[in-house]
Amino acid sequence: MPRTWPDPGSTRIPYWIYTDQDIFDLEMERIFCGSSWAYVGLSAELLEPGSFITTNIGDRPVIICRNGDGELRGFVNRCAHRGIKFCRHRSGQTKRFTCPYHQWTYDLNGDLKGVPFMRGVNGQGGMPEDFDLGANGLQQLKVIAHNGVLFASFDLNMTEFTTYLGESNRYYFERVCDGRELRLLGHSRQLIRGNWKLMFENIKDPYHASLLHVFLVTFGLFRADQQSQVKMDRTGGHGLLISRKGEQKATDATQDIENLREDFKLKDPRLLDPVKEFKDSATVVMQTLWPNLIVQQQSNTIAMRQVQPRDPSSFILAWTFFGYADDDEAMTIRRLRQANLMSASGLVSCDDSEVIKLAQDGINSDIDGYALFEMGGRDTEDTEHMVTETAIRAFYKHYRAVMDL
Amino acid sequence: MVASTVRLFYELYDFYARYTEVLDDGPLECWPKFFTEQCMYQIIPRDNYDRGLRVAIMRCESRAMIEDRVTAVNETMMYEPRYLRHHTTDIRIEDSADRDVVARANFSVIETLPDELPRILMVGRYLDRLVRSDAFGWQFKEKLCVFDSVLVPNSIVFPV
Repeated sequence: MPRTWPDPGSTRIPYWIYTDQDIFDLEMERIFCGSSWAYVGLSAELLEPGSFITTNIGDRPVIICRNGDGELRGFVNRCAHRGIKFCRHRSGQTKRFTCPYHQWTYDLNGDLKGVPFMRGVNGQGGMPEDFDLGANGLQQLKVIAHNGVLFASFDLNMTEFTTYLGESNRYYFERVCDGRELRLLGHSRQLIRGNWKLMFENIKDPYHASLLHVFLVTFGLFRADQQSQVKMDRTGGHGLLISRKGEQKATDATQDIENLREDFKLKDPRLLDPVKEFKDSATVVMQTLWPNLIVQQQSNTIAMRQVQPRDPSSFILAWTFFGYADDDEAMTIRRLRQANLMSASGLVSCDDSEVIKLAQDGINSDIDGYALFEMGGRDTEDTEHMVTETAIRAFYKHYRAVMDL
Repeated sequence: MVASTVRLFYELYDFYARYTEVLDDGPLECWPKFFTEQCMYQIIPRDNYDRGLRVAIMRCESRAMIEDRVTAVNETMMYEPRYLRHHTTDIRIEDSADRDVVARANFSVIETLPDELPRILMVGRYLDRLVRSDAFGWQFKEKLCVFDSVLVPNSIVFPV
């Protein structure tokens, strides 16, 4: 069914991009399996030769591993024979991958090494003479590690990762992942019933954070009048939301919040006991990296949020919490405690998974309608405040270019 | 001996039933009373637990922190209204001393949203330490909820 993007395109986002299967399929091909670097994990998850993790880039299942020489490799988790998603573990250690169906075997480079009965049995059957093992390996990915974080691309000629990040996004990425060894603290996964783009809209939208997240506002962790910036890369695909914590108090910026709880004092203040650990004065930096990553630093809780679209109306949000190998026990406990604000039962992020579902519930019934993004103007410039939807407009500018919509 | 074990089991069975009743039917403000002042309450995905990874989706290190969680659920968090129904089965006393008990049980939680059919929200096991309390019968000193359903459907708003 032909679709037309409504005018003016920079501020009107049609609802059919959140519901159409055709759009979803095109997104998987162009965005996730195209020229992009997708987050796939942490180096801390792949320490030894032979260790592997499985994950998804878009809806495609992939394996990331270290081969016998300790080099990073990545390939699609789909047997070249009959399409079996052969690796069924989320992580592990192995010398080879064998498909359970007909035992086709691949090495840690994804090359096909063995096909049972290839030459037949007792002179009967077998693969044709010209069947070439070398031409039937697994679909390859390009994999890199940058300061302990793993990214993969379906584009084997993909540009350098740091060029892809751009200057300001590289600065903030390396602010958290500064080259120190990262320590994996654990995972949490949610199946959120909304379109994957709603997650990026949410994180690129500081306007909502100062209203929806009463918990953040109550404790001064995020408020509309705090010194903040919204920055994008050259394309608009990546974004940064940078802010500084204030005190717990009512201001002009809180008077529009109906259910603000100025009198809410924590009975156990250890829940919010942040210590400064980064070189600048920002206390929260939410970085969105095209196409599938949110790098979260809120006080001392640092996490990668990986977006794995499943279908037009659902995605998996996979959280990986981490700290640094040189954290002491007190710091580790602080991070574990502050994780209460985040993930599936996050005192803050729960609001987001709930509101994203409500958004999809509303959108589903009005695919001819559109969402309106005019807060802070109609352009896509960086701002020095958070009363804006500029980063969402920038995201969709890039989206439309990649999708040719 | 048998009589005292049966009695202890019955007491715990009743305690767990009262616990789930408060979670299902409220008021949520009564939930912290099931814990000692110094306590540890965690809901942790099974894959983390099995691998020794410590991140929990809920982690309360004291009754006060549990009370803060209640205030947040009641006053600051935004979520679709819902009903929950907890089922605790296979309670087993692993170890018991004078006033202390180590117990485990299976649990499942069914969630019903206003416009949807009921669905399983979470399944897992409780690994608990309880102490006898003069005022309250029993209380949890430690409650560890390890859940198998590591892919959480949307959100876990209420405790389990």
